[in-house]
Amino acid sequence: MGRITLDKVAKRFGEVEVIPPLDLTIEDGEFVVFVGPSGCGKSTLLRLIAGLEDVSGGEIRIDGQNATEMPPAKRGLAMVFQSYALYPHMTVRKNIAFPLKMAGMPEEEQKRRIDNAAKILNLTDYIDRRPGQLSGGQRQRVAIGRAIVREPAAFLFDEPLSNLDAALRVGMRLEITELHSRLKTTMIYVTHDQVEAMTMADKIVVLRAGHIEQVGSPLELYRTPRNVFVAGFIGSPKMNLIEGGEAGKHGCKTIGIRPEHISVSPTEGMWKGRVGVSEHLGSDTFFYVHETGLREDMTVRVSGEVEMKSGDTVYLTPDMDKLHRFDDAGLRLS
Amino acid sequence: MSTQHSRSAARLMISPSVILLLAWMIIPLSLTLYFSFLRYNLLMPGANPFVGFENYTYFLTDPAFFTALTNTLLLVGGVLVITIIGGVLLALLLDQPMWGQGIVRILVIAPFFVMPTVSALVWKNMFMNPVNGLFAYMAKAVGLQPFDFLAVAPLASIIVIVSWQWLPFATLILLTAMQSLDSERLEAAEMDGAGPFARFFYMVVPHLSRAITVVILIQTIFLLSIFAEILVTTNGGPGNASTNLTYLVYAQSLLQFDVGGGSAGGVVAIILANIVAIFLMRMIGKNLDA
Ligand SMILES: Nc1ncnc2c1ncn2[C@@H]1O[C@H](COP(=O)(O)OP(=O)(O)OP(=O)(O)O)[C@@H](O)[C@H]1O
Ligand SMILES: [Mg+2]
Repeated sequence: MGRITLDKVAKRFGEVEVIPPLDLTIEDGEFVVFVGPSGCGKSTLLRLIAGLEDVSGGEIRIDGQNATEMPPAKRGLAMVFQSYALYPHMTVRKNIAFPLKMAGMPEEEQKRRIDNAAKILNLTDYIDRRPGQLSGGQRQRVAIGRAIVREPAAFLFDEPLSNLDAALRVGMRLEITELHSRLKTTMIYVTHDQVEAMTMADKIVVLRAGHIEQVGSPLELYRTPRNVFVAGFIGSPKMNLIEGGEAGKHGCKTIGIRPEHISVSPTEGMWKGRVGVSEHLGSDTFFYVHETGLREDMTVRVSGEVEMKSGDTVYLTPDMDKLHRFDDAGLRLS
Repeated sequence: MSTQHSRSAARLMISPSVILLLAWMIIPLSLTLYFSFLRYNLLMPGANPFVGFENYTYFLTDPAFFTALTNTLLLVGGVLVITIIGGVLLALLLDQPMWGQGIVRILVIAPFFVMPTVSALVWKNMFMNPVNGLFAYMAKAVGLQPFDFLAVAPLASIIVIVSWQWLPFATLILLTAMQSLDSERLEAAEMDGAGPFARFFYMVVPHLSRAITVVILIQTIFLLSIFAEILVTTNGGPGNASTNLTYLVYAQSLLQFDVGGGSAGGVVAIILANIVAIFLMRMIGKNLDA
């Protein structure tokens, strides 16, 4: 009921090719997250799927049906925008009812669905207010409510949480994940928040300049990034990527080691260095280590509180099992 | 501007202009009021005795008064309807990306810069004239009898001329409002299944309501006192078919030299304008609060 297939889909704005031909299959019921640096074409890809932009080539199929030329309303998809795009002159109830009204649904059925959505999203208390009288989080809920009443084949989210504060974001993240496990509807979610991508996705699609760099489950990407770009992009703090002599020892162009796979000792270890900045998060401590004899500065993550001051000498030892090796073209060597 | 001191300083600073404005308004108004209670005719020099409400009785019982009142309302209403509907459609059109947008926009605004007398004369002599006019020429070209607009349908013709002058104003304000409509909102409506017409009526029109209110208020103020267009085209005629209140006051005081009667007419016009203003504010002014 929500299998989306992109077959050589491409998009050009005038001369500029924003998305070169690209293939992607999104299975029914999957939670797919698009991540990538700013300007890589995530929103554009989402808008192509929604039908808000025309494709420059290729074919989009929804449940096996060719949807390339279909207008947005006919595709049975619902979209939640970053700016929420609520209708300011209508009450929350009218906002949510709008797609149903446009579909010409009978009043009782409309009412049943709206009440149901209001219950799921806790909108009941302010259902008769206007969007202008709601907080950001509440507006976001209304936008989601407007999407779910349509019972679409798939939901499209374009950075829906980026306007919310950190605490609210965590809450809404959980709510959306819960919504997904309850509705079991396909969801496509654009974000550039690492945590959102890792925690929500069944499948992450990493994009760079319109290319798909890798598709896989969050842990797959974390454990076996296919190339240097994905290795550097997934994971927070970033993986340490080391080139030069040290990498040569392992017979490759670049080696990568995640900050959490390095052990720290004040007395002995593989690389000697000096602590620069240290960030204490309570649960974790991040060190930025200079003068290691490597070309790059290293980031190290240690669990819990570790007392170490700027300027202290440390020894770093990478966990050799967790070392990533990449060849000249940046591709992973197994 | 919140301390006691700065507030009283502010009052002191603005008092000269406020006093000047008040004098500017109060003196003519009170003179008009004063004259309206006198028998004051320029053809009968001498004493100007106080006659109470005689001028008012005379003005209000004049059959021309009701014609003028209806004409005024028809003129205002007709022009408002044409300029708002036309303005919305033109704004929709100009909002579309097209070649030469800048030039087209300037051209659309142009009529607003033409003086009312000039544009009315151009319409009268070059378009509507039954002998030399462009419309007569076109009618003759297709074998029809030319239509004498200003003689047969004088009020409608004036409504058209005035609408032509005010259309750019309405278009300009509505276009600006339209450009401030968030495109994501329209896209959301599109995804919600709203076709072009539904998007227009459910998204664009509500978004424009405030701008439409402003257009109605401003235009009404000016349209109540339309004068030059009538003077140069029909002179209020034939008969008084195109006489509005302003023109009637003019005819009373300057064609019949009856200053007293004219003043009474002016006072009546002021009262009527205020009634219309209150009515408008009640009806649509709340749009401006939101
Ligand atoms: N209407 C347009 N005309 C021309 N170029 C466009 C248009 N829309 C987007 N682009 C270009 O396409 C590229 C991809 O844009 P897109 O909005 O998809 O990026 P994004 O991945 O969503 O970035 P962000 O994370 O900042 O939202 C950008 O380089 C942008 O400049
Ligand atoms: Mg984007």
